[in-house]
Amino acid sequence: MPFDQILQYFLAGVTEGAIYATIAIGFNIIYNTTGIINFAQGEFLVLGGMIAVTLSAFLPLPLAIALAVAATMAVGALVDLVFIRWLASPSVLRLVVITIGVSILLREGMLHVWDEKVRALRHFTGSEISSVRFLGAHIAPQALWVLGIAAVIVAVLAIFFRFTLVGRAMRACAANRTAARLCGINTRWMVTLSFCLSAGIGALAGCALSPLTQTQYDMGAPLAIKGFTVAILGGLGNSMAAVAAGLILGLLEVFSISLLPLAYKDAVSLAVLLIVLFLRPGGLFGRLEAQRLKEF
Amino acid sequence: MRTLWTKIVLAFALVLAALPVTAQGGTIKVGAILGVTGPASNLGAPEAKTLEMLVELTNAAGGIGGRKVELVLKDSGANPEKAISFTRQLIEEEQVLAIIGPSTSGETLKIKDICEENQTILLSCASGEAIVNPVAKWVFKTPQNDSMAAIWIYKYLKDKGISRIGVVVSNTGFGNLGKGQLEKYAPEYGMEILIAEVYDKEATDLTGVLTKVKAKDVQAVINWSIEPAQSLVVKNMRQLGMTMPLLQSHGFGNIKYVEAAGQAAEGIVFPCGRLLVADALPASHPQKALLENYKRQYESKFKEDVSTFGGHAYDAFTILAEAIKRAGSTDKDKVRQAIENLRGFAGTAGIFNFSAADHNGLDMSSFEMLTVKNGKFVVLK
Repeated sequence: MPFDQILQYFLAGVTEGAIYATIAIGFNIIYNTTGIINFAQGEFLVLGGMIAVTLSAFLPLPLAIALAVAATMAVGALVDLVFIRWLASPSVLRLVVITIGVSILLREGMLHVWDEKVRALRHFTGSEISSVRFLGAHIAPQALWVLGIAAVIVAVLAIFFRFTLVGRAMRACAANRTAARLCGINTRWMVTLSFCLSAGIGALAGCALSPLTQTQYDMGAPLAIKGFTVAILGGLGNSMAAVAAGLILGLLEVFSISLLPLAYKDAVSLAVLLIVLFLRPGGLFGRLEAQRLKEF
Repeated sequence: MRTLWTKIVLAFALVLAALPVTAQGGTIKVGAILGVTGPASNLGAPEAKTLEMLVELTNAAGGIGGRKVELVLKDSGANPEKAISFTRQLIEEEQVLAIIGPSTSGETLKIKDICEENQTILLSCASGEAIVNPVAKWVFKTPQNDSMAAIWIYKYLKDKGISRIGVVVSNTGFGNLGKGQLEKYAPEYGMEILIAEVYDKEATDLTGVLTKVKAKDVQAVINWSIEPAQSLVVKNMRQLGMTMPLLQSHGFGNIKYVEAAGQAAEGIVFPCGRLLVADALPASHPQKALLENYKRQYESKFKEDVSTFGGHAYDAFTILAEAIKRAGSTDKDKVRQAIENLRGFAGTAGIFNFSAADHNGLDMSSFEMLTVKNGKFVVLK
């Protein structure tokens, strides 16, 4: 295969991988703080995109996106306050079912507000036909935006969790809820904050994606499944691992297209996931002892 | 003992109440299974709106033969399993006279046998030739055959001196049938299909498969699908720097696909019914008045552009209404025979000439080659 073709596949894979990684990070944040797998994560992406599309009709694009992210964060906080907070000590299964129910609720709500039409946000720079040449390969400027925003999200989160008080408090909740409470951390608000953060990240990713993939009310579920797959592949709870796993999976899928018919793309990625889980049940980067300590 | 009797009487009363009362002079029940939500929403939503509009207009004018029409509409979301269960429901519980729809070829092929067994008229709004070939006595369709679209596309490419093509289709009944037709007619028109790939109907990014197509050095790309991914194909192509022409199937006939693709849609060529270019037709054209009338009614009521898909539902309903009038009754056999006897019936898709062997009734002249210019559909000169 000529170099520019390899590069083309590489760029496509990295873009896909960045999308998966962003969704996986959203899963990991909530999982870390609460132990819940939030299956409504995909809906946050779609919600952010839809709100931004509606607002961008009469507001400048950056403001529309900022407001969409804020609105989705509010919805995320609401989801926690209404459905999760008042549960005394719920089992994992109960929480999973609740989040699936929330995802269905959000999806139907979006269907009623925005109906079944497909919408797309304006391209941040350029248009539907703009293309940037890079060493013989072509990439859409919007894909560069997706990569850039994903990188910024990962960097900002790394700094947040390591160097700020609130970030460290959230990590404390993840490590041991009771000990954190004894240290004076308000764990209930940490849970709400984690939902807010996940929703905000999802919304931002959704806005960046919308010009490329178009947004429809029911796009959330397939995206969430892919993101969940990546989160498991990297090791549930480890955000950096999620990034690596996302890139690996994205590249794997795209290069499988070059060799096999496109129809096998999902089969390849799921087969890889199964093989990895058989050999390393904690995920590619997860430690088995740490996994055994977790409930889920 | 008394409570047991009460229960038996209550149960009996409920059963009696649930039995549908088949009144001879009552409403004419017409069922419809359309993909209003889901990947075929650009087809099902205009179809549903058109049917509701037509039923309203018909009833306002006194109904058919003095009897009002009752529309029972089910949203299958382009899901074949749902279509099957709705079909059974419409036939067994609602006891409809005829079913209009479904919107997609995949669903239609799944319910073709059920309607044939239960002797219920089916007027499909899907385009796969396999729906009427082999002919089933009770199954009709109103869109043009996908085989005719493939031939139109090949004739155009041959004129342009193009012979090396790449084909991408979606993994639906429509897409796979289209791929079959393209592969079937390729040798006849000197076309060499260098690559044929099937993508997921819910795909959100096609740069991977289009990179593969680009590597094969094709002169043109043909896309065969009806999902929103149709717009993605052309956007991704231009983003990858692929400047060769893109040909679409007649599943492109909704301006929403052009809007979603934006500037990338310029220059797309596809065969289509004349509804989208009704104003460009000469005044003497037999379809002109009908097309302009439908266009005006639909656009003023729903504040959105007409699409050929709404037209297919329009044809299905008007054909059914005409058949009921000519049969003079709602007896299933008589109505079915009346549909089969229709000749020279002007619809939105073309002039219908049904027969016992031809349950589609349209020929090659029902198509016109269209293109996209400045974000609008125009006739290709």
